[in-house]
Amino acid sequence: MTIEELEQIAKSVKLENEKYDYEVNVCMDLACASQGADQLREELVKAAEASGKKVLIRRTGCMGPCSCGPLVRVDPADTLYQKVCAKDAGEIVSNLGGEPVERLQSNLSDHFGSQVRVVLENAGYIDPEKIDDYIARDGYKALLTVLTEMTPYGVIHRVTESGLRGRGGGGYPTGLKWGTVAKASGDLKYVVCNGDEGDPGAFMDRSVMEGDPHRVIEGMAIAAYAVGASKGFIYVRAEYPVAVSRLTTALREARRRGLLGNGICGTPFNFDVEIRLGAGAFVCGEETALIASIEGRRGTPKPRPPYPAMSGLWGKPTLINNVETFANIPPIVRNGGKWFFNMGSERSKGTKVFALTGKITNTGLVEVPMGIKLRKIIEEIGGGVPGGHTFKAVQTGGPSGGCIPAQMLDIGVSYDALLQMGSIMGSGGMIVMDDTSCMVNVARYFVEFCMTESCGKCIPCRAGTEQMYTLLTRICNGTGTMEDLEMLEELCGTVKEASLCGLGQTAPNPVLSTLKYFRNEYIDHIVHKRCPAGVCNLATREEVTA
Amino acid sequence: MPVFTPPPLPSDDKRWKIVNGTMRKNGFARHALIETLHTVQSSFGYLDDEAIRFVAQSLRVPLSQAYGVVTFYHYFNLKPPGKHTITVCAGTACYIKGAAKLIEAAEGHLGIAQGETTSDGLVSLMTARCVGACSRAPVVLCDGQINGEMTCRHMVEQLERWKAE
Repeated sequence: MTIEELEQIAKSVKLENEKYDYEVNVCMDLACASQGADQLREELVKAAEASGKKVLIRRTGCMGPCSCGPLVRVDPADTLYQKVCAKDAGEIVSNLGGEPVERLQSNLSDHFGSQVRVVLENAGYIDPEKIDDYIARDGYKALLTVLTEMTPYGVIHRVTESGLRGRGGGGYPTGLKWGTVAKASGDLKYVVCNGDEGDPGAFMDRSVMEGDPHRVIEGMAIAAYAVGASKGFIYVRAEYPVAVSRLTTALREARRRGLLGNGICGTPFNFDVEIRLGAGAFVCGEETALIASIEGRRGTPKPRPPYPAMSGLWGKPTLINNVETFANIPPIVRNGGKWFFNMGSERSKGTKVFALTGKITNTGLVEVPMGIKLRKIIEEIGGGVPGGHTFKAVQTGGPSGGCIPAQMLDIGVSYDALLQMGSIMGSGGMIVMDDTSCMVNVARYFVEFCMTESCGKCIPCRAGTEQMYTLLTRICNGTGTMEDLEMLEELCGTVKEASLCGLGQTAPNPVLSTLKYFRNEYIDHIVHKRCPAGVCNLATREEVTA
Repeated sequence: MPVFTPPPLPSDDKRWKIVNGTMRKNGFARHALIETLHTVQSSFGYLDDEAIRFVAQSLRVPLSQAYGVVTFYHYFNLKPPGKHTITVCAGTACYIKGAAKLIEAAEGHLGIAQGETTSDGLVSLMTARCVGACSRAPVVLCDGQINGEMTCRHMVEQLERWKAE
């Protein structure tokens, strides 16, 4: 495969598409598919055949606003239809070329207005199971450019220049990590893609793996060239069967096209990727635990150093990046590091994909430039809190993150700002809560999660989260005292300071952030024996003393 | 060094050949343990002692280590699942939208706790950490099929339908 051949494929796809007058793209992502998108697509195919019009029906990955699904976008008119049923297929097809079907037309200009699509640029435009669709949208161009025109050092320089930071949560500078692995000595190195999206309430990585799998593979191959690796692993949650099957297809297609394997693109570069299934352990999102799991062992973390960059998978230098980080690589290589560097805020560059869920009108995937105000994401893009309720907090970073209250909404989203607010960027889950959510109960929920997910290796995390859970349960059911609260705060500090890995070190975050911003709710539970949101079943004062 | 011969298949059941296939594909390497256990579970529905012993011997992994792996990861079941499985997603978005009430209602209706199967073997009640369909919270999987915006009434109706079959 050469650049010319790649362009030839892109050209032939375009020629093929030009045979059609209209393109009807049907979103087949989990949310839309669970509302009958499959049947809808079949009906559209039937209607198109019957109409005699030249229509290309394409299934695509997630288009974004899942709450409006099933979604259908008609090109070239660029009309987005929402909540489409199978019985609407005939009308959509018969109106092609004329006025759009008004009752199905979505009005989401506010939703899309401030979004910038880099990682999701292909979402909704390509069939994830067709490599040629990806190639037609500049796919694998970056890989071939890198292999034929750039040195490994040049690639690392470009990634460093872009200012990209790891999208898995920690925000470690990607270029720096690549540089460390490249400098590590050893003839065998590995590249690992962390697709173990364990944060409950986040599904960005799933959508990227399902909707645009080749982008991840291309990013991994570029990384492998830069650091000198020849073997890659994608670690995917077993709970994501569609992602596994899409990636399997994508890997097969890429091998068939000679974009993976030995002597890629006529160069001496060899690289291939294998899929490894996770088995439902949150702690495996941690690098060293993930390595243990790929090696077929219990996913327990190890103290660092040595970092995986020096001694990782089977003791070899290993580069581990998140799905979204790899997905950012091809556009950075294509458009240059400066292009990426110019997006975003001072110390957080580029865009970030968030999964907007909870008590919000437009749930789904959004991609925004870093530095955007939280208020804009929630009120404008998300459409605000529905049902006449008032906004209370937004939770970011999953069980390792915290709850951000209304008064902080005018702060721009960046790694540092979120950390300062007592939360973290995390992988990108954003769960909106309204006045019907009890913050003590939410804190208890996350601590329970960490308690069951604690691997048990170190005592502060294993025993600490359990004690925290007991104390929070007492507060929630009305038997808690002010001494309990004091002990809880002390315990948070201990668990944070003394735990071995990220899971334990961040487990107190949901408690600390709710204590910081919603302390009065804790006091209400303890002193007044009432839950302001009406969620907790509290014992009355008489029952407690009895 | 003596040549290692993998143990014979536990029975004529064709599914063992699939399991063996996964191990062979990985050259009977020790790191294929989790992959192989996935194959066993997808073929048999759960992992029993015989299966764990067979896989451990074939991959030359100590039985204790194999058992340790099986019990460490939530995805592996040690008990056979019921004819139908209802899985309530307990991810954050689902939780905020009332997953706890769904779990409570299912437990009450079936008379079992989460993770258990009814005594007639009809329904297993499970919870999931997050299935990634957060935009349709609360989510319940009925035999793997995603049902979004679930209410207690709809869920109980589904349970009744299974009962009536």
